Amino acid sequence: MAPQSGLARQRTRSAWVFLAPMLFVLAAVALYPLLRTIWFGFTDASLTSFGSARFVGIRNYLEWLDYGDGNGEWLGLLVDGRWWSAVWNTVRFTLVSVTLETIFGMVIALVLNQKFPGRAVVRAAVLIPWAIPTVVSAKMWGWMLHDQFGIINDMLMRVGILSAPVAWTASPDTAMAAVMMVDIWKTTPFMALLILAGLQMIPDDIYEAARLDGVGPVRTFRRITLPLVLPAMLVAVVFRALDALRIFDIVYVLTPNSPETRTMSVFARENLFDYDKFAYGSAASTLLFLIIAMITIGFIYATRMDLSGTRE
Amino acid sequence: MATVDLRNVSKSFGSVEVLKDVSLSIEKGEFVAFVGPSGCGKSTLLRLIAGLEEISSGDLMIEGERVNDVLPAKRGVSMVFQSYALYPHMSVYENMAFGLEQAKLKKDEIARRIAEAAHMLQIEGLLERKPKALSGGQRQRVAIGRAITRQPRLFLFDEPLSNLDAALRGETRVEIARLHARLADTTMIYVTHDQVEAMTLADRIVVLNKGRVEQIGEPLELYENPASRFVAGFIGSPKMNFLTGDAARQHGAATLGVRPEDLTLSAEGGLWSGKIALTEALGSDTFVHVDTTLSDKSIVARVSPRERFRHGMPVYLTPAPERLHRFDEEGAPVRG
Repeated sequence: MAPQSGLARQRTRSAWVFLAPMLFVLAAVALYPLLRTIWFGFTDASLTSFGSARFVGIRNYLEWLDYGDGNGEWLGLLVDGRWWSAVWNTVRFTLVSVTLETIFGMVIALVLNQKFPGRAVVRAAVLIPWAIPTVVSAKMWGWMLHDQFGIINDMLMRVGILSAPVAWTASPDTAMAAVMMVDIWKTTPFMALLILAGLQMIPDDIYEAARLDGVGPVRTFRRITLPLVLPAMLVAVVFRALDALRIFDIVYVLTPNSPETRTMSVFARENLFDYDKFAYGSAASTLLFLIIAMITIGFIYATRMDLSGTRE
Repeated sequence: MATVDLRNVSKSFGSVEVLKDVSLSIEKGEFVAFVGPSGCGKSTLLRLIAGLEEISSGDLMIEGERVNDVLPAKRGVSMVFQSYALYPHMSVYENMAFGLEQAKLKKDEIARRIAEAAHMLQIEGLLERKPKALSGGQRQRVAIGRAITRQPRLFLFDEPLSNLDAALRGETRVEIARLHARLADTTMIYVTHDQVEAMTLADRIVVLNKGRVEQIGEPLELYENPASRFVAGFIGSPKMNFLTGDAARQHGAATLGVRPEDLTLSAEGGLWSGKIALTEALGSDTFVHVDTTLSDKSIVARVSPRERFRHGMPVYLTPAPERLHRFDEEGAPVRG
């Protein structure tokens, strides 16, 4: 770097002074817990023995258990079928719900981008599902989906679609779909709002130029709106994917102890607190962090997303 | 037969009537400028002709055909927007080709038209670039190029120069004039708030004020014989001087208008006396602002740069009697 002038040095110094509190807080609430979790993953810690935890290498991840008679088996997180089914559940949940949220969010955003009377009220109303705390909305849906007293079974049976009530959240066939539906209901508004912000960045005169060019609505959407809103949409998708890969609350409230909906976070929590396998749960949390980081980096790289903010 | 005919066209947004009873005929190949202050309705009028806004009442005819309900793309018009309105994610070539592909033209015909327009506007080297990699002037050329390739019967310009800096504005103005000369059969309508652009480019000028047509005429006709006090004040730079009160009454008018170049400035003897408040030396001309007892505003006179008038000097102003413009209480000219 070129030698800095006195003025530039001063500016650099004050920048660090302004950044320091935030860096300190981030280190305290994010970096430290993360490092501690990673550390616990390499120990034999349990809920009652934080202090006396000993380093055990990668035993929580992979270990060869020798039976002493020449046979043996692999143990550890990396060969744990329950873990990998939780990973698959999480990825499946993320793919389906983020995809549908993006599509529905786009549709709603396109509608809200039109001028019509009462638009401001509708925009605010759309946000309501997003504003309700997740535990509350999950509980609410839990009651609505209840097999005996739920309003959804009642309505579907009244109109004759169902002949017998379905245990939506308990049945292995529908549990994941129920979780996805609640998540989509809750987070589509968030997607809609982010995409709407992107749509409003597109100047009107481009659409007018397209009208003069005789471009129809479908082609205008495909060739003009979509490419121009795509950067904003991809950022929204990354946010949502990050969130969805950590999904815990809806599953925990709506379908507790269901292997069909057990996600990585739920798996980690079970081991950390329910089974008193704190070290094993820490290892799962560490792996969860790595998987999310890899998927996110991969997505950003694959879509050549510009996060530097230098776009004109 | 006129190319564009407006018959009693009105336009309202809700309860606000922005255009009132506009009638206007534009001949084939003519270059017509709409001028007026902000909010006079000139852009709305252009957008009505383009089809971007609907006409509230009245008829719009293009080449004898009523097009009130015809889609913008079917009217045979091209428009150059103030902000250029280039598709930011497409290259210059794609920007020009997009509308032509939509019109189902063959690939080689599209390529031929774009090559021709690019050559005419000297943007051949920019065809692969995205708009953000272009300067303001280059973007403007691309926008004009995109309009040309459609081979419209009617070319619409919506304040095309107002986003350019002064030097580039002058240059592009000359280019638009050249373009008009080359496309002699294409009718052009040009909206601007800058009366200099209108004066230099247009065959005829339409002056709009508060949604009404104030006057239609050739540039010099508007300059020499303004049909209202508004037109007199709007056309010409620096503006016409207006005097009210006794000075006007002596000439049988409520308002007396006199252009800066029609005033003679002298050190001794003249009709009106005053004191020099300010001089603006432009090199080719010098504009002298004179404070008088006749008006709150300074009276501006144009003098030759060789004459030396200094700040604070007492001077006399004498108008050329045959060049006085007289207006009545309503702002209409007093004849005879």
